[in-house]
Amino acid sequence: MAMTDQQIERYSRHIILKEVGAKGQKKLLNAKVLIIGAGGLGAPAAMYLAAAGVGTIGIVDADEVDLSNLQRQIIHSTADIGKPKVKSAKETMNAMNPDVEVKTYHMFVDSTNIRELIREYDFVIDGTDNFPAKFLINDACVMEKKPFSHAGIIRFKGQLMTYVPGEGPCYRCVFKNPPPKDAVPTCKQAGVIGAMGGVIGSLQAMEAVKYIVGVGKLLTGHLLTYDAVNQEFRKVKLPSDTSKCPVCGSHPTITELIDYEQEVCEETAGRFETKENQ
Amino acid sequence: MTITVAGEKKEYKDGLTLPELIELENVETPQYVTVSINDEFIETENKEKTVLKEGDSVEFLYFMGGGQ
Repeated sequence: MAMTDQQIERYSRHIILKEVGAKGQKKLLNAKVLIIGAGGLGAPAAMYLAAAGVGTIGIVDADEVDLSNLQRQIIHSTADIGKPKVKSAKETMNAMNPDVEVKTYHMFVDSTNIRELIREYDFVIDGTDNFPAKFLINDACVMEKKPFSHAGIIRFKGQLMTYVPGEGPCYRCVFKNPPPKDAVPTCKQAGVIGAMGGVIGSLQAMEAVKYIVGVGKLLTGHLLTYDAVNQEFRKVKLPSDTSKCPVCGSHPTITELIDYEQEVCEETAGRFETKENQ
Repeated sequence: MTITVAGEKKEYKDGLTLPELIELENVETPQYVTVSINDEFIETENKEKTVLKEGDSVEFLYFMGGGQ
Protein backbone atom coordinates (compact mmCIF):
# COMPACT_ATOMS: atom_id res chain seq x y z
CA MET A 1 0.00 0.00 0.00
CA ALA A 2 1.26 3.49 -0.83
CA MET A 3 2.17 5.81 2.01
CA THR A 4 0.09 8.92 2.59
CA ASP A 5 1.64 12.39 2.28
CA GLN A 6 1.56 12.61 6.07
CA GLN A 7 3.44 9.34 6.39
CA ILE A 8 6.05 10.43 3.86
CA GLU A 9 6.56 13.58 5.96
CA ARG A 10 6.54 11.74 9.30
CA TYR A 11 9.07 9.14 8.21
CA SER A 12 11.14 11.42 5.96
CA ARG A 13 14.31 10.99 8.03
CA HIS A 14 14.02 7.23 7.58
CA ILE A 15 13.07 7.40 3.91
CA ILE A 16 16.06 9.58 3.09
CA LEU A 17 18.43 6.89 4.41
CA LYS A 18 19.61 4.76 1.51
CA GLU A 19 19.57 1.68 3.77
CA VAL A 20 15.88 2.24 4.59
CA GLY A 21 14.11 4.20 1.86
CA ALA A 22 10.37 3.99 1.16
CA LYS A 23 10.77 0.24 0.80
CA GLY A 24 12.23 -0.17 4.29
CA GLN A 25 9.64 2.14 5.81
CA LYS A 26 6.87 0.05 4.26
CA LYS A 27 8.47 -3.03 5.80
CA LEU A 28 8.34 -1.30 9.19
CA LEU A 29 4.69 -0.33 8.66
CA ASN A 30 3.86 -3.95 7.87
CA ALA A 31 5.95 -5.44 10.70
CA LYS A 32 4.75 -6.90 13.99
CA VAL A 33 6.91 -6.74 17.11
CA LEU A 34 6.03 -8.15 20.53
CA ILE A 35 7.52 -6.51 23.61
CA ILE A 36 7.37 -8.61 26.77
CA GLY A 37 7.62 -6.31 29.79
CA ALA A 38 6.63 -2.63 29.67
CA GLY A 39 9.32 -1.52 32.11
CA GLY A 40 12.85 -0.14 32.04
CA LEU A 41 13.77 -1.90 28.77
CA GLY A 42 10.32 -2.21 27.24
CA ALA A 43 9.43 1.47 27.67
CA PRO A 44 12.11 2.99 25.43
CA ALA A 45 11.92 0.06 23.01
CA ALA A 46 8.15 0.52 22.64
CA MET A 47 8.45 4.28 22.19
CA TYR A 48 11.15 4.10 19.50
CA LEU A 49 9.34 1.33 17.64
CA ALA A 50 6.07 3.26 17.79
CA ALA A 51 7.80 6.42 16.58
CA ALA A 52 9.46 4.41 13.79
CA GLY A 53 6.07 3.30 12.53
CA VAL A 54 6.24 -0.41 13.29
CA GLY A 55 2.69 -1.24 12.23
CA THR A 56 1.71 -3.64 14.99
CA ILE A 57 3.27 -3.63 18.43
CA GLY A 58 2.15 -6.06 21.12
CA ILE A 59 2.90 -5.26 24.76
CA VAL A 60 2.71 -7.85 27.51
CA ASP A 61 2.80 -6.91 31.19
CA ALA A 62 0.75 -7.99 34.20
CA ASP A 63 1.74 -5.07 36.45
CA GLU A 64 0.32 -1.69 37.25
CA VAL A 65 2.37 1.52 37.18
CA ASP A 66 4.04 2.20 40.53
CA LEU A 67 5.67 5.41 41.74
CA SER A 68 9.04 3.61 41.96
CA ASN A 69 8.84 2.80 38.22
CA LEU A 70 8.89 6.40 37.06
CA GLN A 71 12.63 6.96 37.64
CA ARG A 72 13.28 4.97 34.44
CA GLN A 73 10.08 3.73 32.75
CA ILE A 74 9.57 6.84 30.65
CA ILE A 75 6.53 5.56 28.78
CA HIS A 76 4.49 6.06 31.99
CA SER A 77 3.70 9.36 33.74
CA THR A 78 2.81 10.34 37.29
CA ALA A 79 -0.87 10.44 36.33
CA ASP A 80 -0.64 6.78 35.25
CA ILE A 81 0.13 5.42 38.74
CA GLY A 82 -2.16 2.49 39.45
CA LYS A 83 -3.04 1.97 35.77
CA PRO A 84 -2.11 -1.29 34.02
CA LYS A 85 1.28 -0.69 32.39
CA VAL A 86 0.02 -2.02 29.08
CA LYS A 87 -2.79 0.57 29.06
CA SER A 88 -0.47 3.41 30.00
CA ALA A 89 2.05 2.28 27.36
CA LYS A 90 -0.62 2.06 24.68
CA GLU A 91 -1.85 5.59 25.43
CA THR A 92 1.66 7.02 25.10
CA MET A 93 2.34 5.11 21.87
CA ASN A 94 -0.99 6.06 20.29
CA ALA A 95 -0.38 9.69 21.16
CA MET A 96 3.07 9.49 19.55
CA ASN A 97 1.96 7.77 16.37
CA PRO A 98 -1.61 6.92 15.34
CA ASP A 99 -0.24 4.70 12.50
CA VAL A 100 0.61 2.03 15.03
CA GLU A 101 -1.82 -0.63 16.18
CA VAL A 102 -0.95 -1.41 19.81
CA LYS A 103 -2.17 -4.74 21.13
CA THR A 104 -2.16 -5.11 24.89
CA TYR A 105 -1.87 -8.28 26.95
CA HIS A 106 -2.42 -7.62 30.65
CA MET A 107 -0.99 -10.92 31.87
CA PHE A 108 2.14 -12.93 32.68
CA VAL A 109 3.64 -15.15 30.01
CA ASP A 110 3.92 -18.81 30.93
CA SER A 111 4.34 -22.17 29.26
CA THR A 112 0.64 -22.35 28.36
CA ASN A 113 0.29 -19.03 26.53
CA ILE A 114 3.62 -17.84 25.18
CA ARG A 115 3.99 -19.94 22.03
CA GLU A 116 0.62 -18.93 20.65
CA LEU A 117 1.27 -15.33 21.64
CA ILE A 118 4.60 -14.96 19.84
CA ARG A 119 3.48 -16.90 16.76
CA GLU A 120 1.84 -13.92 15.05
CA TYR A 121 4.83 -11.60 15.54
CA ASP A 122 7.96 -11.15 13.42
CA PHE A 123 10.34 -10.22 16.25
CA VAL A 124 10.22 -10.44 20.04
CA ILE A 125 11.84 -8.13 22.60
CA ASP A 126 12.58 -9.53 26.04
CA GLY A 127 12.18 -6.67 28.49
CA THR A 128 11.46 -8.85 31.51
CA ASP A 129 13.12 -8.62 34.90
CA ASN A 130 13.49 -12.23 35.97
CA PHE A 131 15.29 -15.38 34.87
CA PRO A 132 12.30 -17.74 34.65
CA ALA A 133 10.72 -15.35 32.10
CA LYS A 134 13.99 -14.89 30.20
CA PHE A 135 14.48 -18.65 29.83
CA LEU A 136 10.82 -19.12 28.91
CA ILE A 137 11.04 -16.47 26.17
CA ASN A 138 14.26 -17.98 24.84
CA ASP A 139 12.89 -21.51 24.67
CA ALA A 140 9.58 -20.40 23.15
CA CYS A 141 11.39 -18.35 20.49
CA VAL A 142 13.68 -21.28 19.65
CA MET A 143 10.68 -23.62 19.39
CA GLU A 144 8.65 -21.18 17.29
CA LYS A 145 11.73 -20.16 15.25
CA LYS A 146 11.28 -16.49 16.18
CA PRO A 147 14.12 -14.01 16.31
CA PHE A 148 14.36 -12.11 19.56
CA SER A 149 16.46 -9.65 21.49
CA HIS A 150 17.50 -10.59 25.01
CA ALA A 151 18.70 -7.95 27.45
CA GLY A 152 19.43 -7.44 31.12
CA ILE A 153 20.28 -4.37 33.17
CA ILE A 154 21.47 -3.84 36.72
CA ARG A 155 23.23 -1.07 38.65
CA PHE A 156 25.45 0.68 36.06
CA LYS A 157 25.61 -2.29 33.69
CA GLY A 158 23.61 -3.70 30.84
CA GLN A 159 23.97 -6.33 28.14
CA LEU A 160 22.09 -7.68 25.16
CA MET A 161 22.25 -10.34 22.48
CA THR A 162 20.08 -11.28 19.52
CA TYR A 163 18.92 -14.73 18.57
CA VAL A 164 18.01 -15.48 14.99
CA PRO A 165 17.21 -19.14 14.24
CA GLY A 166 20.21 -20.87 12.69
CA GLU A 167 22.47 -17.85 13.09
CA GLY A 168 24.31 -18.45 16.34
CA PRO A 169 23.75 -19.25 19.98
CA CYS A 170 20.55 -18.77 21.96
CA TYR A 171 20.40 -17.48 25.54
CA ARG A 172 20.40 -21.03 26.89
CA CYS A 173 23.56 -21.88 24.93
CA VAL A 174 25.27 -19.27 27.09
CA PHE A 175 23.54 -19.60 30.45
CA LYS A 176 22.06 -23.10 30.40
CA ASN A 177 19.80 -22.81 33.51
CA PRO A 178 18.37 -20.02 35.67
CA PRO A 179 20.27 -19.14 38.84
CA PRO A 180 18.62 -19.79 42.21
CA LYS A 181 16.41 -17.03 43.57
CA ASP A 182 18.50 -14.25 45.15
CA ALA A 183 21.80 -15.77 43.97
CA VAL A 184 22.06 -13.03 41.37
CA PRO A 185 20.53 -9.71 42.42
CA THR A 186 17.62 -8.06 40.61
CA CYS A 187 17.18 -4.33 39.96
CA LYS A 188 14.75 -4.12 42.86
CA GLN A 189 17.39 -5.43 45.25
CA ALA A 190 20.45 -3.83 43.68
CA GLY A 191 19.14 -0.73 41.91
CA VAL A 192 19.67 0.46 38.37
CA ILE A 193 20.55 3.83 36.90
CA GLY A 194 17.46 5.09 35.07
CA ALA A 195 19.11 5.88 31.75
CA MET A 196 20.43 2.29 31.54
CA GLY A 197 17.00 1.13 30.36
CA GLY A 198 17.14 3.90 27.77
CA VAL A 199 20.53 2.78 26.45
CA ILE A 200 19.87 -0.94 26.35
CA GLY A 201 16.15 -0.79 25.47
CA SER A 202 16.97 1.56 22.57
CA LEU A 203 19.61 -0.91 21.37
CA GLN A 204 16.93 -3.61 21.44
CA ALA A 205 14.66 -1.38 19.33
CA MET A 206 17.61 -0.88 16.98
CA GLU A 207 18.01 -4.64 16.59
CA ALA A 208 14.29 -5.00 15.79
CA VAL A 209 14.38 -2.18 13.22
CA LYS A 210 17.53 -3.56 11.57
CA TYR A 211 16.05 -7.06 11.45
CA ILE A 212 12.84 -5.78 9.84
CA VAL A 213 14.54 -3.51 7.32
CA GLY A 214 17.31 -6.04 6.70
CA VAL A 215 20.29 -3.78 7.21
CA GLY A 216 23.72 -4.45 8.64
CA LYS A 217 24.86 -6.98 11.21
CA LEU A 218 22.75 -7.97 14.21
CA LEU A 219 24.07 -8.97 17.63
CA THR A 220 23.83 -12.63 16.72
CA GLY A 221 26.73 -14.67 18.06
CA HIS A 222 27.73 -11.77 20.28
CA LEU A 223 26.90 -10.31 23.66
CA LEU A 224 27.19 -6.54 23.76
CA THR A 225 28.02 -5.39 27.28
CA TYR A 226 27.85 -1.82 28.56
CA ASP A 227 29.57 -0.54 31.67
CA ALA A 228 28.37 3.01 32.40
CA VAL A 229 30.90 3.60 35.20
CA ASN A 230 33.79 3.37 32.76
CA GLN A 231 31.69 4.28 29.69
CA GLU A 232 32.80 1.10 27.97
CA PHE A 233 30.99 -1.04 25.43
CA ARG A 234 32.36 -4.49 24.58
CA LYS A 235 31.11 -6.77 21.85
CA VAL A 236 31.99 -10.20 23.21
CA LYS A 237 32.09 -13.00 20.68
CA LEU A 238 30.14 -16.03 21.83
CA PRO A 239 31.21 -19.60 21.03
CA SER A 240 29.73 -20.60 17.70
CA ASP A 241 29.16 -24.30 18.35
CA THR A 242 25.52 -24.58 19.40
CA SER A 243 25.21 -28.32 18.77
CA LYS A 244 25.24 -29.26 22.48
CA CYS A 245 22.57 -26.77 23.55
CA PRO A 246 19.65 -28.50 25.31
CA VAL A 247 17.09 -26.42 23.40
CA CYS A 248 18.58 -25.18 20.10
CA GLY A 249 21.25 -27.88 19.68
CA SER A 250 21.26 -30.83 17.34
CA HIS A 251 19.72 -33.22 19.90
CA PRO A 252 17.48 -31.07 22.11
CA THR A 253 16.52 -32.48 25.50
CA ILE A 254 14.17 -29.58 26.26
CA THR A 255 11.21 -30.01 23.95
CA GLU A 256 8.48 -28.66 26.23
CA LEU A 257 8.44 -25.25 27.84
CA ILE A 258 9.40 -25.02 31.50
CA ASP A 259 7.76 -22.78 34.12
CA TYR A 260 10.68 -22.30 36.45
CA GLU A 261 9.84 -21.13 39.90
CA GLN A 262 11.88 -18.30 41.25
CA GLU A 263 13.28 -20.74 43.84
CA VAL A 264 15.48 -23.47 42.49
CA CYS A 265 18.06 -25.37 44.49
CA GLU A 266 21.34 -23.73 45.33
CA GLU A 267 23.60 -25.98 43.29
CA THR A 268 21.51 -26.06 40.15
CA ALA A 269 22.14 -22.81 38.35
CA GLY A 270 24.02 -21.70 35.33
CA ARG A 271 25.74 -24.45 33.45
CA PHE A 272 24.59 -27.03 35.98
CA GLU A 273 21.84 -29.59 35.76
CA THR A 274 18.63 -28.35 37.26
CA LYS A 275 15.32 -29.63 38.50
CA GLU A 276 12.39 -27.89 36.98
CA ASN A 277 8.70 -27.54 37.42
CA GLN A 278 7.22 -28.96 34.30
CA MET B 1 52.57 -16.64 30.01
CA THR B 2 50.27 -14.17 28.32
CA ILE B 3 46.55 -14.78 28.16
CA THR B 4 43.73 -12.50 27.09
CA VAL B 5 41.05 -11.93 29.71
CA ALA B 6 37.94 -10.03 28.63
CA GLY B 7 39.86 -8.58 25.70
CA GLU B 8 42.88 -7.49 27.74
CA LYS B 9 46.30 -9.15 27.49
CA LYS B 10 47.63 -10.13 30.90
CA GLU B 11 50.65 -11.94 32.35
CA TYR B 12 50.08 -14.94 34.58
CA LYS B 13 52.21 -17.77 35.94
CA ASP B 14 52.50 -20.90 33.82
CA GLY B 15 50.06 -23.64 34.70
CA LEU B 16 47.40 -21.24 36.02
CA THR B 17 44.09 -23.04 36.55
CA LEU B 18 40.69 -21.59 35.73
CA PRO B 19 39.61 -21.45 39.41
CA GLU B 20 42.84 -19.53 40.17
CA LEU B 21 42.14 -17.08 37.36
CA ILE B 22 38.55 -16.62 38.57
CA GLU B 23 39.90 -15.73 42.01
CA LEU B 24 42.64 -13.41 40.71
CA GLU B 25 40.16 -11.59 38.47
CA ASN B 26 37.68 -11.12 41.36
CA VAL B 27 34.88 -12.62 39.29
CA GLU B 28 31.50 -11.83 40.86
CA THR B 29 29.25 -14.78 41.76
CA PRO B 30 31.87 -17.20 40.37
CA GLN B 31 29.64 -20.25 40.70
CA TYR B 32 27.17 -18.71 38.24
CA VAL B 33 29.52 -17.27 35.67
CA THR B 34 29.76 -18.79 32.21
CA VAL B 35 33.31 -19.12 30.95
CA SER B 36 34.41 -19.39 27.36
CA ILE B 37 37.97 -20.14 26.33
CA ASN B 38 39.02 -19.79 22.69
CA ASP B 39 35.47 -19.83 21.35
CA GLU B 40 34.33 -22.78 23.48
CA PHE B 41 32.08 -22.88 26.53
CA ILE B 42 33.60 -24.59 29.56
CA GLU B 43 31.07 -26.96 31.12
CA THR B 44 30.72 -26.52 34.87
CA GLU B 45 32.04 -29.98 35.62
CA ASN B 46 35.22 -29.11 33.68
CA LYS B 47 35.86 -25.74 35.33
CA GLU B 48 37.93 -27.14 38.21
CA LYS B 49 40.32 -29.12 36.03
CA THR B 50 40.81 -26.54 33.28
CA VAL B 51 44.41 -25.35 33.01
CA LEU B 52 45.17 -22.27 30.96
CA LYS B 53 47.92 -22.06 28.40
CA GLU B 54 49.86 -19.36 26.57
CA GLY B 55 47.69 -17.40 24.14
CA ASP B 56 44.32 -18.47 25.57
CA SER B 57 41.48 -15.99 25.30
CA VAL B 58 39.07 -16.11 28.23
CA GLU B 59 35.66 -14.46 28.54
CA PHE B 60 33.44 -14.33 31.61
CA LEU B 61 29.73 -14.04 30.84
CA TYR B 62 27.50 -12.89 33.67
CA PHE B 63 23.83 -13.36 34.41
CA MET B 64 22.02 -10.06 34.24
CA GLY B 65 18.41 -10.34 35.23
CA GLY B 66 16.93 -6.87 35.54
CA GLY B 67 14.78 -5.12 32.99
CA GLN B 68 11.67 -3.75 34.61
